Amino acid sequence: MAEEVTRKPYERVMTMRWILRHPRYLRYMVREFSCLFIGGWTLLMVWGLTQLAEGPAAWAAFLECLKSPASIAFHVLALGFAAYHSVTWFNLTPKALPLQLGEHFVPDGVIAGAHFGAWAALSLAILSLAGAF
Amino acid sequence: MGERTVELEVLRYNPETDSEPHFQRYSVTCRDEWVVLDALNQIKETIDPTLSYRWSCHMAVCGSCGMMINKEPKLACKAFVRNYEGVIRVEPLAHFPVERDLVTVIDDFMDKLKRVRPYIIPKQVKAVADGEYRQTPAELKKFKQYSMCINCMLCYAACPEYGLIPKYIGPAAIALAHRYNQDSRDGGREQRQQEIAATEGVWDCSFVGACSEVCPEHVDPAGAIQQVKIKSTVDWYTQHLMPWLKK
Repeated sequence: MAEEVTRKPYERVMTMRWILRHPRYLRYMVREFSCLFIGGWTLLMVWGLTQLAEGPAAWAAFLECLKSPASIAFHVLALGFAAYHSVTWFNLTPKALPLQLGEHFVPDGVIAGAHFGAWAALSLAILSLAGAF
Repeated sequence: MGERTVELEVLRYNPETDSEPHFQRYSVTCRDEWVVLDALNQIKETIDPTLSYRWSCHMAVCGSCGMMINKEPKLACKAFVRNYEGVIRVEPLAHFPVERDLVTVIDDFMDKLKRVRPYIIPKQVKAVADGEYRQTPAELKKFKQYSMCINCMLCYAACPEYGLIPKYIGPAAIALAHRYNQDSRDGGREQRQQEIAATEGVWDCSFVGACSEVCPEHVDPAGAIQQVKIKSTVDWYTQHLMPWLKK
């Protein structure tokens, strides 16, 4: 008879230190946190719409508010995070949308490049509609 | 051929005597071409025969010697000692319970692997006399990279979602389910969807991407998971908006 083996596996506790285990985890968390700034900016736009609905005086006050140093700082940060989110996300698109032609896959750069191209074209179209040119 | 003395700090845990793991340091004379597994074998043969770890092939095929080397999941047989400076810290694979020293309890992964049915479920079962299930090179290419998985579980140790949500089916099991779903000879997708399209399936993944970065066989589980998400979403819309398209 074999001797009975008693098992006592040790369960390790996962702490928040995993974020610092490798730079990739920190980059991922920055991508995730970027949504707070993008969400904040969206709420600001909703507030802007309510001010527009209230009349010219409220709209003018809203526009004045946007010119404050705090607002400009927030917009610069939000733009930076939105750009970081978009770039990292578009770089991942070849994984989610691989395209096979015959026995070969379309190179990753072409798939990500098409997304960047569409992003640039749409941004230019919106800027053009907004009268920036 | 050069030699140098390397310091290794190995996590030790004896379930019969220890209440928690502790590090033990060993000085090992290593040759230039040695990998961490060679250093562990040297410790076991000449310094401390009680050290426990799994290994088999020593050529990155069997997937047994996965461990954390300086906090990164690696196959010990593929991690060259010469690529590390200072003390090399060796720990059991993260996110798995420790059975003893560097040996982890892998029952959870084995159970999940079984649940996703990682084998061909033929669309139509053929008699042997009817010949083989044929496939074109393009059909093979569609899933081939996923079939390189050696079940080493490095992707589970790299995935923070698996560490935080133990019920998550995880990268390798989903990649293997996707491998069979992509196979032209297979008809078992609906059975696998019950597991992989569930909350604890692909939807617990937030696309950290670490699984694909650490894979020693260059499989892309992160890609497989996102492709399953897209297909499952299309399934949902088809079912709810165009039910007549469903058979």
